[in-house]
Amino acid sequence: MTAPLLEVRNLRVEFPSRRGSLLALDDVSFSIAPGEVLGVVGESGAGKSLTGAAIIGLLEPPGRIAGGEILLRGRRIDQLSDEQMRHVRGREIGAIFQDPLTSLNPLYTVGRQLIETIQTHLPLTAAQARTRAIDLLQSTGIPAAAQRMEHYPHQFSGGMRQRVVIALALAAEPKLIIADEPTTALDVSIQAQIIELLKRLCREHETAIMLVTHDMGVIAETADRVAVMYAGRLVEIGAVSEVIHRPQHPYSVGLMGSIPSMEGELARLTQIEGSMPRLNAIPRGCAFHPRCSRAFAPCNRRRPELMQSATSLAACWLLDASSDQAALTLTGLEPLGST
Amino acid sequence: MTVGSSSSAQILVDVRNASRHFDVSLPWLNRVLERKPRQILRAVDGVSFIIRQGETLGLVGESGSGKSTVARLLVGLYRLSGGSISIEGKPVESLQRPEGRSLRRRVQMIFQDPYASLNPRWRVGRIIAEPLVVHARELAQAGSPVHDEAQRRHRVDALLGQVGLSAADQNKFPHQFSGGQRQRISIARALATNPDFLICDEPTSALDVSVQAQVLNLMKDLQRDLGLTYLFISHNLAVVRHVADRVGVMYCGRIVELAEKRSIFARPLHPYTRMLLDAIPDLNRTGPGRVAVAGEVPNPLNPPTGCTFHPRCPYANARCRTEVPQLQPFENEDLVACHGVFEGRLNLIPNPESPAA
Repeated sequence: MTAPLLEVRNLRVEFPSRRGSLLALDDVSFSIAPGEVLGVVGESGAGKSLTGAAIIGLLEPPGRIAGGEILLRGRRIDQLSDEQMRHVRGREIGAIFQDPLTSLNPLYTVGRQLIETIQTHLPLTAAQARTRAIDLLQSTGIPAAAQRMEHYPHQFSGGMRQRVVIALALAAEPKLIIADEPTTALDVSIQAQIIELLKRLCREHETAIMLVTHDMGVIAETADRVAVMYAGRLVEIGAVSEVIHRPQHPYSVGLMGSIPSMEGELARLTQIEGSMPRLNAIPRGCAFHPRCSRAFAPCNRRRPELMQSATSLAACWLLDASSDQAALTLTGLEPLGST
Repeated sequence: MTVGSSSSAQILVDVRNASRHFDVSLPWLNRVLERKPRQILRAVDGVSFIIRQGETLGLVGESGSGKSTVARLLVGLYRLSGGSISIEGKPVESLQRPEGRSLRRRVQMIFQDPYASLNPRWRVGRIIAEPLVVHARELAQAGSPVHDEAQRRHRVDALLGQVGLSAADQNKFPHQFSGGQRQRISIARALATNPDFLICDEPTSALDVSVQAQVLNLMKDLQRDLGLTYLFISHNLAVVRHVADRVGVMYCGRIVELAEKRSIFARPLHPYTRMLLDAIPDLNRTGPGRVAVAGEVPNPLNPPTGCTFHPRCPYANARCRTEVPQLQPFENEDLVACHGVFEGRLNLIPNPESPAA
């Protein structure tokens, strides 16, 4: 196995406040191999985007990394100065955000923004940078790229703008792209085009992607592995087909069941009762236990760590060999839920 | 023209050739000086459909296709530029007049964004009770009088229970609720006046999937219990497939296909419907790619001639570029507006030379 491109170890992100600090990410660990697409899913507030922001060093103050390590090709990047981080961002890690209109400067032409990015990171002359910018626009499927260089962002449609943002992210040939809901603001037919484009470009450039989205369909078609987050923690991580078809964690099971499918006929969707806890009221033990239909004795007391289940890793006591029925009988505990 | 299946349920909503045009011209002086013509945006252009008592009609399409304008026409928030809409035989224009009040009580709307559609300074109880105050007289006529504060409070309690919230919630403000709970409050408010017809404009688009499942299940339960009729607007075909009985597909202000849910998903006729169905990211399609869809939605100010879909359509020919196809029944009672379908040239190999925008 090759060395991982990105390694996140026990990452903790805190938001200090007057009433004590809120733990927004708690002990998150995962890695991304070169050229791999890792999907990150979860509901709003699960900490998906925050994980991405922490990796590229764009946490909004007062949020800060309170513990853990982030390693890019074996080198720690979570302790770099702002100046050093600026060189990592763009050159080594590219970023694509949800709303293409806010990621582009409305006052500069698209060409100028591309050339500036290229020259910041690569030792090219203005003319070389220009040629490269046109090549980039062309490779993202923008027709008449040379003329489009002179246009301002508002002259592009939503889908075309997102192509420009992708061209910008790829400008310095980074080995990793953090894509935070890249298709959420787009219509389905445009979304399909952008997904295809991302997949093609990453194959060609051997770029790894951390794809943050709440759309399981997008993940299914794009990702190699998928990580499911809940209340600031990773609850399951595994190969994409495994997690979708054989989810191990009860939260993942509920999440998959709640998606209206295009196949089969369902009278009712599976629903997970309640909603995600607020950061200042994360339940003790497993954060999911108040909503979990299969919660039993240890769930409200001890926090489960990721453990091997089938070929995935999931953080759930149901999967713990030492907490099976035999062990429960030994300690005199009875399962609470309908296990 | 009658539209849809042969089911005998009573027709509740009848939309005939409805249009809504917006004048987006420059000011008069600019037009004169710059010699620019008037510009008319045809947001809805000749749309016809019916909705029967107790059924759900799903309306899908991409942004700018005119779905929300249709919703606003139905509740009288926009005036018609042409055609007619009647609800229970009464023209929708009457909604704005005093005699339309009893109809207005029975037609309610649920909006997309539960953060924007609830007054942040009002307590939930007051938000839900407002329609009861406004329609006090109509409710009395309909046999469920709500006259004093105590009766209103009682009714609000019942409504909150109906949508799965607790009676104590009526003393809270909207910001104290999550997105899904706020959408439940919107639903409770819409149900306050015992309506028959609910217009739901992207009711779950702002919600997470697990919460969306809760709201969709709730809406289905309410329909079963109260015999509601829904117009359900969404850009998400999977959601529409889950809730609707019949589905209309809109493109550039027109309905391009209107059919029973079963047939539209099993055998989509219009190339645009096929494209939409193809574009949905699918849980079961892990790994290999698909044929990418070309082109984008055209500028509604300057729509293509003929069939508005022809620049993106792999089957388009000369007739498609000049002649606007009409929505008409194909084989059974599915309606489709496409020359190619009726000429039987749709299963031909797509023409690679056809222009892609």
